[in-house]
Amino acid sequence: MTTQAIRVRVPARSAAHDLRAIKVVLHREMLRFLNDRTRMLSMLLQPVLWLFVMGTGLGSLVQASIPGVDFRTFMYPGMISMTVIMTGMFSAGSIVWDREFGFLREMLVAPVSRTAIVVGKCLGGAIVATGQGIVILAMAGMVGVPYSPTLMLTLLAEMFLAAFTITAFGVMLAARMKNMQSFFGLMQMAIMPMMFLSGAMFPLANLPSWLHALTVVNPMTYAVDPMRQAVFSHLDVPPEVNATLNPGVQWFGWQVPVPVELGLVAALGLGLLAVGIAQFKRAD
Amino acid sequence: MSEDAAVVVRGLTKTYGKVEAVKGVDFEVSPGEVFGFLGPNGAGKTTTISMLCTLANPTGGTASVAGHDVVRERDEVRRNIGLVFQDPTLDGYLTAEQNLRFHAELYGVHKSVVDERIKRVMEMVALWDRKDAKVMTFSGGMKRRLEIARGLLHSPRVLFLDEPTVGLDPQTRSAIWGYINELRVSEDITIFMTTHYMDEAEYCDRIAIIDHGEIVVIDSPERLKASVGKDRVQIHTRDDEAAIKALRERFGLEAAVHEGAVTFAVASGEEFVPRLFAELGMPITSVSVSRPSLDDVFMNYTGSTIRDAESGDDQMAFMRAMARR
Repeated sequence: MTTQAIRVRVPARSAAHDLRAIKVVLHREMLRFLNDRTRMLSMLLQPVLWLFVMGTGLGSLVQASIPGVDFRTFMYPGMISMTVIMTGMFSAGSIVWDREFGFLREMLVAPVSRTAIVVGKCLGGAIVATGQGIVILAMAGMVGVPYSPTLMLTLLAEMFLAAFTITAFGVMLAARMKNMQSFFGLMQMAIMPMMFLSGAMFPLANLPSWLHALTVVNPMTYAVDPMRQAVFSHLDVPPEVNATLNPGVQWFGWQVPVPVELGLVAALGLGLLAVGIAQFKRAD
Repeated sequence: MSEDAAVVVRGLTKTYGKVEAVKGVDFEVSPGEVFGFLGPNGAGKTTTISMLCTLANPTGGTASVAGHDVVRERDEVRRNIGLVFQDPTLDGYLTAEQNLRFHAELYGVHKSVVDERIKRVMEMVALWDRKDAKVMTFSGGMKRRLEIARGLLHSPRVLFLDEPTVGLDPQTRSAIWGYINELRVSEDITIFMTTHYMDEAEYCDRIAIIDHGEIVVIDSPERLKASVGKDRVQIHTRDDEAAIKALRERFGLEAAVHEGAVTFAVASGEEFVPRLFAELGMPITSVSVSRPSLDDVFMNYTGSTIRDAESGDDQMAFMRAMARR
C-alpha cells in the first residue's frame, strides 16, 4: 500500500471539542433508538393500554361523579409522563448495557471530559423520550383534548423537562451498576411508586393525609401537575369537577404555582446530573 | 534517549488488595519500535498496559507515554494513544462506519479529513466493503480488525494492542500481523503489544519477558535465542523418572518433564543424540531436537515453558480476573 498517510491531529481539549462529544453521544442514542423498533413499540404499549383499556373501564365507573369530562382526558397527561419516564429510564439503562458490552470503555478512554459524555447521554435520552411522547401527543383528539398549538407546545416543553430529569435520575442509578438485571429491578422499584403517587392515575384531591404527604414529596407529582393544568386550561370544565380532577399541589394550604413546579423539576434534574457526573469522575 | 522515548516506565507497581500484580518494572520503548510483552496469562501484562493507557492508577513508580505522564497528564496521553483491548468494545447495533465516526467525533478528528481517514483505515483492514453492515453480524476476526482500524483512526503515536490475536483463526492472525507490519512502514507509529504466543513475539523488534509481575529479560528475539546457546532435546521413554536420573548420572544434564516429554538443553544436539542412544542404558521410543526458540528462551529465564506456567494455579486465575476488571 503506497497511499500517503493522512496525519490527524487530535486537538487539545476545548469547549468546542466537548460540545462535539456531547453531540455524538446524543446522536448515537437516537440512532440506537431508531434502530430498535421493538423497544419503540413496547414503550408505547403500556401507556396506550392504561389510557384506552384502564381509562375506559374506570371511566364508566366514575363518569357520574365527573360530569362533562372523559376520565381518559384526566389520565392523558399522566400517560404522557409515564411514556416519557419509561423511555428516559430505558435510555439511561443503556449505560449499564454499554458497560457490560465494553463500549463504555471506548468512551471513557477518549480525551473528552466525563461531563460531556454524561450530558450527551442525558440530552439524548431526553430527546428520544420526548419523541416517544409526541406519539401520545398525537392521540390527543381521541381522548377529547384539543389540538391547540399553545397547548401542544407547552406539553412538549414540559415533556422534555420531565424526560431530562428522569434520564439524569436513571444515569445516576446506572453509574455504579454492573448488570442490566439489577438496573431494571431497581428501575421498577423506583418507578412504580413514583407513578402511583404522582396523580398520573387518580386525582390527588381529597386523599387521606398520609397519602397526600407522600404525593407532595414525590418529585414526579411536579412533572405531571403542570401538564394536567395545561390540558385543563384548554377544556371547558365545570368548576366543581375541575376542583376534583385538577386540584393542583398545595404546600400547607399554599397553592404551588406552575413555574415553581417546573423550576423544582429543573433544579432536581440538574442536581441529579451533577451527582451522575461526579460518580463517573470517581469511577476512574 | 528517555527524552524522546515513546514509552518510559520506572519502577511501576500495581497492587490489588494483597496481590502484587506488577512488582516494579522498568523499561523504555523507542519511537517506531514494535515492542512485545511476552508472558503467561496472569503475569501482569494487561495490568501494565492498563496503567500505560490511563485506565488504572499505578500503586507506585512512574510511567510516561508519548512524553506525557500517565497520571498527571492523562488527557494528553489519551490523545496520543490508540487502544485495542482484549475484549471487544464496539457497539454491535451500529454499523462499522458509524462506530468509526463515533470515534472520530469523540477524538475531535478534524471534519475535513474524517471521511478520507475512515476510508483509509477501513481499506487497510479490508473492511471497506462491509462499512454499512451492523457490527453484530461480524465474526470475531472482523471485529478485531475493525478495532485495529478504529485504534488508528486518530493517528496515535503509540498503538497499544492487548493480545490482538487471541482467539482468532490462524488466517486472521497472520492478516493482523500483516497490518501491523504495514503500519510500522506507513504510519510512523510505535506499537506496544502483549502476547502469550511465542511465534508472534518473533515479529517484535524487542520483547520483554514478564513472569509473576516482574520483567525477567528484555532484548531482541534473535539475541535472546542466541543467549540460550543450546539446542533443546526432547525424548520419550517408558520410564521418565529413570531417564531423568540416568541423564544426570551419565551425562551430568538436568532434565525435566515438559509437555509430556523428558526435556533438556545441550550444545550441538544432533551430535549428542547418537551418544545418547548408545550410553543412556534404556530404550528411547522417540527423540526430537530443536534449535533454540523463544520457548527455550522463556524456559531458560523462567524455569518453565509458557504452557506449564499457564496450566493455572488459582492465584493466576485470580490475578487475571483482577487485571480484566
